[in-house]
Amino acid sequence: MAEPVLSIRNLSVEIPTRHGILKPVDGVTYDIAAGEILGIVGESGAGKSMAGNAVIGLLSPPAHVSAGEIWLNGERIDNLKGDAMRRLRGKEIGMVFQDPLTSLNPLLRIGDQLVETMLTHLPISKSEAEKRAVAALEEVGIPGAAKRVNSYPHEFSGGMRQRVVIALALCAEPSLVIADEPTTALDVSVQAQIIALLKRLCRERGTAVMLITHDMGVIAEAADRVAVMYAGRLAELGPVRDVITAPEHPYTHGLMASTPLASRGKSRLHQIPGAMPRLDAVPDGCAFNPRCPRVADRCRQAPAPTVDGNAAACWFPLQHEEAS
Amino acid sequence: MLAYIIRRVAQSALVLLIVGLVAFAMFRFVGDPIDNMLGQERTADDIERLREQLGLDQPFVVQYYRFLENAVQGNFGVSYRQGRPVIDILMERAPATLELAAVSGILAVLFGIALGVFTAIRRKGIAANIIMSVSLIGVSLPTFLIGILLIYLFSVELGWLPSFGRGEVVDLGAWTTGFLTASGLKALILPSITLGLYQMTLIMRLVRSEMLEVLRQDYIRFARARGLRNRAVHFRHALKNTMVPVITVIGLQVGAIIAFAIITETVFQWPGVGLLFINAIQFVDIPVMAAYLMLISVMFVGINLIVDILYFFIDPRLRVDRKGGH
Ligand SMILES: Nc1ncnc2c1ncn2[C@@H]1O[C@H](COP(=O)(O)OP(=O)(O)OP(=O)(O)O)[C@@H](O)[C@H]1O
Ligand code: SF4
Ligand SMILES: [Mg+2]
Repeated sequence: MAEPVLSIRNLSVEIPTRHGILKPVDGVTYDIAAGEILGIVGESGAGKSMAGNAVIGLLSPPAHVSAGEIWLNGERIDNLKGDAMRRLRGKEIGMVFQDPLTSLNPLLRIGDQLVETMLTHLPISKSEAEKRAVAALEEVGIPGAAKRVNSYPHEFSGGMRQRVVIALALCAEPSLVIADEPTTALDVSVQAQIIALLKRLCRERGTAVMLITHDMGVIAEAADRVAVMYAGRLAELGPVRDVITAPEHPYTHGLMASTPLASRGKSRLHQIPGAMPRLDAVPDGCAFNPRCPRVADRCRQAPAPTVDGNAAACWFPLQHEEAS
Repeated sequence: MLAYIIRRVAQSALVLLIVGLVAFAMFRFVGDPIDNMLGQERTADDIERLREQLGLDQPFVVQYYRFLENAVQGNFGVSYRQGRPVIDILMERAPATLELAAVSGILAVLFGIALGVFTAIRRKGIAANIIMSVSLIGVSLPTFLIGILLIYLFSVELGWLPSFGRGEVVDLGAWTTGFLTASGLKALILPSITLGLYQMTLIMRLVRSEMLEVLRQDYIRFARARGLRNRAVHFRHALKNTMVPVITVIGLQVGAIIAFAIITETVFQWPGVGLLFINAIQFVDIPVMAAYLMLISVMFVGINLIVDILYFFIDPRLRVDRKGGH
């Protein structure tokens, strides 16, 4: 098997606070291969963004990587400092944020923002960069790109701005793109277009994608595999189809039952009782145990086995004999 | 673009009309101009004649119009005290104030912005914290006290710099300048620091807080996520956005420098319009006071107009835009 583009090994992020050390990411392990889209789902506060920020080296202090390793194209990057890490951002790792209305500098023409990004990373001339800026806008489907390079962000609609953001994230041809809820802030009508665009561009270029979202519809639509996070830990990891139709982890099961997904044809939505624990009150053993219908003594004593490869982090995973 | 500028000019004109009204009211109602102009020995005839001559028997609106008409032509009447046209006196004094204000303004803006950016970028550094603490003193000490302290230190104790006056000036015809002689330049140092310090600290603190706010914005995170160098993130992306709210305040503060020059000019016996105004108050020299008021407000309004137009160039969102997207 080819070497993965991104490989996260047992990654933990810690935030020291006055009330003790919080662990928004706790021992997470996964790989993303070239051309693969890995969906990351989980409730708000599960640590999805923290993990993404750790990879691109943009954790805001005092949050920091406290354990584990991050490998990009066979090179370890979690211990890179300052300028060495900066060189990777934009060049090897592109990022797309949630809100396209605030992601672009309002005072600079979008063409200038593209050109500055390319000139920072690529050994090309200014005129070459300007040419590529137009091409980049064409590629993300901005009509009249040759003219629109001279426009300012406020002259575009939300959906168009997210296309510009994607063009910016991809303009130096990174091997990994982290998209943190790229459609959450958009009109429902343009969400599917943006996801389709992201998917097409990354497939064409063989870019690995970390697609963070809490929209299972987006995952079903675009992702190859999905990682489910709960309270900073990985609950389950597997091919999208398996996880959606035959979840093994009780949390994933509850999550699927509470998601209106056409493909599953459920009419009544199920709610998981309780709420995800706060970071300063994660229970011993399996973090899900206070809410879990299958909980047993063992779950309160020892942490569930961690996910490595395709599995659920659970002592008593759901069996799906009928599926196999 | 043109409509925007025309609107701003119209607003400025309105402000000037109102200030003109105040100046005129001073003329008309503070003390009796006839009293002021005729000495003790006067006849009822003299008074009547002068009243007609000055147009004081005309309706208020006509008088106000006359006043404006004269003011626009630079005619503010004759100083009660010096018996010379006010405009001549003002023109003699203006260069001193304008040179002082220009140097102070440039110092305040340059150092204010530079230190503001520095303290924002190095928020946690020792140097930034020291600067912030010292700046508190700059904001809280009154101007005259700063002036006196500087005089004490650099003139009295060290004897490096003169404590009063403009030094040697060169007469260029309509303008006298202190920029061309060593003693003129030396004389500028203490007064311009005194005058600009408050504005500098104010601008610095404002730039710092705005910059910190901007550095928290998503587009700065995105700029970092694109791997831009710190220099580009700070100066190309952050500073420009910081300047949008800051620039109005800078305009107001530069205007304030000209107004506050009164205190500094008094402390340093600087022969500018501020000192002239103080002396005019002592002698209730109304024409000089009114002219000073008009002059200062013209400068204020002018600076604000320039700021508004600058705005327009910095922030594309203000420009009339061809609507795009869909
Ligand atoms: N400076 C901080 N101090 C303490 N806790 C923090 C800090 N920053 C983030 N957290 C916590 O870290 C946890 C993980 O946050 P993260 O942003 O990764 O969640 P997320 O899964 O991306 O959620 P969302 O779907 O809302 O974006 C959250 O519980 C958050 O409250
Ligand atoms: S380990 Fe136990 S508590 Fe945790 S999800 Fe599995 S069954 Fe539930
Ligand atoms: Mg998030």
